[in-house]
Amino acid sequence: MTTRIPARFAKCVAEGRPALATYTMAGDPDPATGQAILDALPAAGADIIELGMPFSDPMADGPGVQAAGQRALAAGQNMKKTLAMVEAFRRKDDETPIVLMGYYNPIYIFGVDAFLAAAKAAGVDGLIVVDLPPEEDEELCIPALKAGLNFIRLATPTTDDARLPAVLNNTSGFVYYVSMTGITGATIKANAGVGAAVQRIKSHTDLPVVVGFGIKTADDAATFGRESDGVAVGTAICNAVLGSLDNGKATAGTVAAVTTMVAGLASGVKRAKAA
Amino acid sequence: MTAIRANSLRNGPDEQGRFGIYGGRFVAETLMPLILDLEKAYRAAQVDPAFQAQVKDLGEHYTGRPSPLYFAERLTAQLGGARVYFKREELNHTGSHKLNNCIGQILLAQRMGKTRIIAETGAGQHGVATATVCARFGLPCTIFMGATDVKRQWPNVLRMKMLGAEVRPVTSGAGTLKDAMNEALRDWVTNVETTYYLIGTAAGPHPYPEMVRNFQSVIGEEIKAQFFEAEGKLPDAVVACVGGGSNAIGTFHAFLDDPSVRLYGAEAGGHGIDVENGHAASMTGGRPGVLHGNRTYLLQDADGQILEGHSISAGLDYPGVGPEHSYLHDTKRVTYVPITDNEALEAFQLCTKLEGIIPALESAHGLAEVIKLAPTMKKDETIVLCLSGRGDKDVESVGRYLGLIE
Ligand SMILES: Cc1ncc(COP(=O)(O)O)c(C=O)c1O
Repeated sequence: MTTRIPARFAKCVAEGRPALATYTMAGDPDPATGQAILDALPAAGADIIELGMPFSDPMADGPGVQAAGQRALAAGQNMKKTLAMVEAFRRKDDETPIVLMGYYNPIYIFGVDAFLAAAKAAGVDGLIVVDLPPEEDEELCIPALKAGLNFIRLATPTTDDARLPAVLNNTSGFVYYVSMTGITGATIKANAGVGAAVQRIKSHTDLPVVVGFGIKTADDAATFGRESDGVAVGTAICNAVLGSLDNGKATAGTVAAVTTMVAGLASGVKRAKAA
Repeated sequence: MTAIRANSLRNGPDEQGRFGIYGGRFVAETLMPLILDLEKAYRAAQVDPAFQAQVKDLGEHYTGRPSPLYFAERLTAQLGGARVYFKREELNHTGSHKLNNCIGQILLAQRMGKTRIIAETGAGQHGVATATVCARFGLPCTIFMGATDVKRQWPNVLRMKMLGAEVRPVTSGAGTLKDAMNEALRDWVTNVETTYYLIGTAAGPHPYPEMVRNFQSVIGEEIKAQFFEAEGKLPDAVVACVGGGSNAIGTFHAFLDDPSVRLYGAEAGGHGIDVENGHAASMTGGRPGVLHGNRTYLLQDADGQILEGHSISAGLDYPGVGPEHSYLHDTKRVTYVPITDNEALEAFQLCTKLEGIIPALESAHGLAEVIKLAPTMKKDETIVLCLSGRGDKDVESVGRYLGLIE
């Protein structure tokens, strides 16, 4: 099984730089603008697209991502529409990997088999499902691997060496290292520990390691990009959407607010090239 | 006590924390090592006589156990059917069954070396019980409470503050119990090293549903012994209200393998089961899904988004239910029935006037089911209600509903 993910990391390695993974919420702030944002991400500099599946109760997310999900749901987003967005994107771009990210319940209610078939057909490459640890692999991880999708696991500061093999087993595509114990959008407390943690994970696996949670600026992207195979940015982009809205509605500047933010972050990962 | 049999309903959960398909450990990786640790610590405590002795001693001298089993003579006469008994959990210190669980968990938190406690609360009874044990054991605590609930249960907010707790109103969502639980989980993920999450009901990731049930099972065990003393047999029916399900599972567990005992759980029917998003009866009006660490019956829409639900009672205003109840619902061992706001209000008033006991609005839901059942039963039959809490916290909001206050 191969997805678009390994090829994309190979391309970044060839360019001697870390990958930029951007997180945007599907359907935020409305379906049409959400599609326009998604379609604009590759040209703005996103190497990997994480597309949020909105959920009413995002327990691992801070206020920025919570609000993005609420905006999307209020504008009528649902799983069918999210999958249709990917399908529409794929008509124009067959190379940029898309990873759907979210929580299990909307997938469970869609039906695991129906969801995996629809996601694969739409052109999804991988899944990140926050509330499915290895202990629950039978639920979705194993069926997803069988369906030809990558299942990307989160490793965290509380994942010790004894537990790491269990977390890495059945992980594919890349490993997402959560930079801190906390929710998305919080502040990284100990920058220094992140590089060492990435090295610790790399001593257990050949998969690329992407660092996420708390990366907000081009400088952060450069700093953490030097110590990893990629960086993931979400809250800062969701907040860029928020900042562009007028009375909760998209404006002429909404897509540009996102692409400007992403272009800045892309310049950060290019600066990380030095390493 | 009934011996555990191979085909017993009392054997759950399995090693994965499942009751049939329900339960499990649907949590973020950050929390996973913690709940594995918690399980280890709990297993060690379970077989440690010193721990059991501490729980028992505090139960007796601090909570006031055993709570009485009371024959409700005037209510029985009024209903004209089965003999009605109340298990008086409302007489416990802090006014509800919640303290049973808090004592067990605070001792566990201490054993684990945790230095800070967090909890969610709906009616504020669990918040008060948590703040109480934190005062008693000298640990700082933060209580997450939906902003709507802060308003409708303010006497409990004051109690928590006086006990030294920090109360954090949660404004996301409808500002009720579900939102408080989300916020508590976010805090826990952030402060994993120091913090113990003292969950207040028999829900959440494994091992919480099992652990909370075991700490609450003292209710049913006492009922069994006290009832035998009073009537020389088993009761014919046992009734409890169901929010997350801790008082109900604690009441039912001792009786699960006694098929002659009919078990009834009263869910919050709010404005009525047919009113969309107007109730909190997850088993009658929901379907299985995954939230807050476990698979269970949930109120949700066609896309798997969780609904807020509604109940007059803050302690029942939760779109889910503990996983063991979902299992007992599917296997039909327990009958779950919706009780509307109005039925609960009527039961509240009847109990107050006939028995001189002001029940919590949560418990009044159980009472409303008793009021329906008793007249259909023979005079030599018996019903026990778990009167899970007292209604002091509710007098103002009930007064408002009844038009006694501006
Ligand atoms: C008195 C009382 N009874 C019942 C409940 C519902 O919780 P559970 O279903 O866990 O017993 C509450 C919750 O706040 C309560 O205060």
